[in-house]
Amino acid sequence: MGVYDEALSSFFRNVDQRGADSTGGKITALKARAVLVDMEEGVLGEILQGPLRSLFSSTQLISDVSGSGNNWAVGHHTYGLAYREQIVDQVRKAAEHCDCLQCFFLIHSMGGGTGSGLGTFVLKLLEDEFPEVYRIVTSVYPTAEDDVITSPYNSVLAMKELTEHADCVLPVDNQSLVDIVGKIQHMSNTGKPGCTIKKDCTIISGQGGVVKVEKPFDAMNNIVANLLLNITSSARFEGSLNMDLNEIAMNLVPFPRLHYLVSSLTPLYTLADVNVPPRRLDQMFSDAFSKEHQLIRADPKHNLYLACALMLRGDVQLSDLRRNIERLKPTLPFVPWNQEGWKTSLCSVPPVCHSHSLLALANNTCVKSTFFDLRERFVKLYRRKAHLHHYLAVDGMELAGFSEALSSISALIEEYTHLESPLMPNAPRLTIAT
Amino acid sequence: MSIDMSVVSLQLGQCGNQIGHELFSVISDDSNGPNRKKYKQCSDDRFFYETSAGVLVDMEPKVISQAIAKASKSGRWRYGDKAHFSQKQGSGNNWANGFCVHGPRHEEAVEDLVRKEIERCDRLAGIFTMMSVAGGTGSGVGTYITQRLRDLYPNSFILNQVTWPYGAGEVIVQNYNSVLTLSHLYQLSDAILVHENDTVHKICSRLMNIKHISISDVNKVIAHQLASVLQPAYTADSPCHYSTNPIGELMSSLVSHPEYKLLSLCNIPQMSSTSLAYSVFNWPGLLKHLRQMLIASARMEEGIDWTVSAPSAVTSGGESATNSRHKNFNISLANLLILRGKDVSTAVTDGFKDPTLYVPWLKTENSFSTWTCPVAFNGYEKSATLVSNSQSLLKPLDNIVRKAWNMFASRAYVHQYTKFGISEEDFLDSFTALEQIISSYTHL
Repeated sequence: MGVYDEALSSFFRNVDQRGADSTGGKITALKARAVLVDMEEGVLGEILQGPLRSLFSSTQLISDVSGSGNNWAVGHHTYGLAYREQIVDQVRKAAEHCDCLQCFFLIHSMGGGTGSGLGTFVLKLLEDEFPEVYRIVTSVYPTAEDDVITSPYNSVLAMKELTEHADCVLPVDNQSLVDIVGKIQHMSNTGKPGCTIKKDCTIISGQGGVVKVEKPFDAMNNIVANLLLNITSSARFEGSLNMDLNEIAMNLVPFPRLHYLVSSLTPLYTLADVNVPPRRLDQMFSDAFSKEHQLIRADPKHNLYLACALMLRGDVQLSDLRRNIERLKPTLPFVPWNQEGWKTSLCSVPPVCHSHSLLALANNTCVKSTFFDLRERFVKLYRRKAHLHHYLAVDGMELAGFSEALSSISALIEEYTHLESPLMPNAPRLTIAT
Repeated sequence: MSIDMSVVSLQLGQCGNQIGHELFSVISDDSNGPNRKKYKQCSDDRFFYETSAGVLVDMEPKVISQAIAKASKSGRWRYGDKAHFSQKQGSGNNWANGFCVHGPRHEEAVEDLVRKEIERCDRLAGIFTMMSVAGGTGSGVGTYITQRLRDLYPNSFILNQVTWPYGAGEVIVQNYNSVLTLSHLYQLSDAILVHENDTVHKICSRLMNIKHISISDVNKVIAHQLASVLQPAYTADSPCHYSTNPIGELMSSLVSHPEYKLLSLCNIPQMSSTSLAYSVFNWPGLLKHLRQMLIASARMEEGIDWTVSAPSAVTSGGESATNSRHKNFNISLANLLILRGKDVSTAVTDGFKDPTLYVPWLKTENSFSTWTCPVAFNGYEKSATLVSNSQSLLKPLDNIVRKAWNMFASRAYVHQYTKFGISEEDFLDSFTALEQIISSYTHL
């Protein structure tokens, strides 16, 4: 069987029949270093019966029966209270099996009740119990067309928690994922010679993975999975310029609350035709800065970059990286005190099926429009006190919670906007008495 | 036969460990060239016991593993089995994390390793550290360890080789990390030998014609330059046998005043091995280029500004000297020329003895020295290195401070440092220290 190496051990334990950690280098049984929480049983049930079931022992899954009814308050307060101990227990167990715990990845959606409410409760819990471990959160934001009416409430209530307790947030919206899927499928179906996409070599196919893409959200979810793979690649594999997870927050978060990062992934697919020259590297860099490759709808080029990270994998050399930074710099507006605000990493191992890839993470003021829209939708409901009673009926949920959440998101928007105001002249340097 | 002195080297962080590995490789390759028995003997005594006298330190394990593995694979040399220290989690590009947390936490383990190497030496020539200033471990942990070593070995020379990052970022907080590192090191180190990635990159692209430059290419150039300084040579103090005290002699040649410790390196020729086969060099040509590179602050042998000239020798007092100086003229405090290769005894170095190259308040005979070695270095029939204590690093240093200051003015990222124990006060102290250094060099 396969070798259990450093790269695998970052995400999986290797256990023997008794469930203890195996010694020796061969894979015996892999167990994901994960805790899965849902307050209804459907999704978790499927996982436990699906092809990946051996990766999880049942104790790692925490569930209830009736769900949160798309109610943040139920998720956060009711289930939070009820399951706090069990969740802490499971997380602690998983943490104890790690030689060195670098970071928690929290993955959830903002618009519903459990992911949003209980998810942010767990976030706070992680901060309390493991204050020194980074918390990177991948949040799926609802779009305006979202069919959950109260998603603006849930999202804004969750936002406050994310702003206060996460080290880094990677917002993702479903519409962007749908667009990317569409673009890939369009390429596949065009059938133009030289445009055939290599089977299973797309960002949506779960390439190299166990599960074939079948269900509607699988394609979209694979994109997010690829995001997380690329972020952790340098921590898992070797390279000439490594980037650990703790370097992400350090370089991309200049002010503690402004930690929402726009991510874009390229390439989206590999072409099958051998006569087509491999996508020029420079094109890959340009793509990373095109809106079509972003996982959230936003317009970074017409706003202000606070910082930007380029994480490269595969056959890319230093000179390619330097050349492209020089080329792109003049086209991207950076905040005056960080004109050369680039963080770069080179990981030698490319993703399965590609010769190289690039993940760009940008801290850009463009996220404020996403938050602005979200706030507008919130206010539309809040003004009429629509559906509020469902929330206030929950023990622990007060009206103040709503106004605080609203202030929080308003303040956040204001902080981003403030950074765009015309700059002060460069601060005079210290003078030394000669 | 005098007892040879050994150099204990300390490689810190990713950059330091990558460069350190390349350095030992170059030294080993060079020493194993033809016709150089005594040279090899001296070099081996200086750098290797049975294994290299190198200590590897990093806060994450991958780079060190690679360096050790590559060395063993070479079959020519390897690192000591236990001469390394690493942790599982890096310093996150955070100087404060390196200096305030990782450094103190692991100081005993690292000091132990260094002490073991020092004890293996008959005599210690000095401690040579390699690190970058941009990241978290090399810069933060490196500075902390330097501080500890200074306390533990007050009579030993400490030479810090530092790599300055590309101006257009590798690490966003690189300027903060650089300011904090350099301000601290200045108090602790005997001399700071600087390499700039931008310069070395240009050497790779323009002189060596490397199409796809990798970090390994950059590191090889740096290693070549360092080895050209550290390999055996005849010096003024030791004209008949190879000097046993290279680091000490380097210090006394170049760093006579504690306020001036920044050293830069030029090495020519530097070209691809294919071009090398067809090129012929003579000493007058090489020295002429080096001299102009010095006074025009050219960091590599291309695009040298030949219009810059030294002021005319006849001056009547300080003011006219200043006026007759070309505005881009680079004033030196001291220079050390290291010439290696064929017919080195015929090389005429008078051009560097010109008093107008130097500050008036130092005696010229103390400002300039030459080391020579007839052995061809690292495949180059003739090779000339100039180690300089001059104004040539002033502009890049000023750029670093300027960018760091602008960022500090907005207080961006400062919370990441205060979290680990570096306060705004500490930042201000560091800025002050650097402005002082800049001022000192400006007013030469």
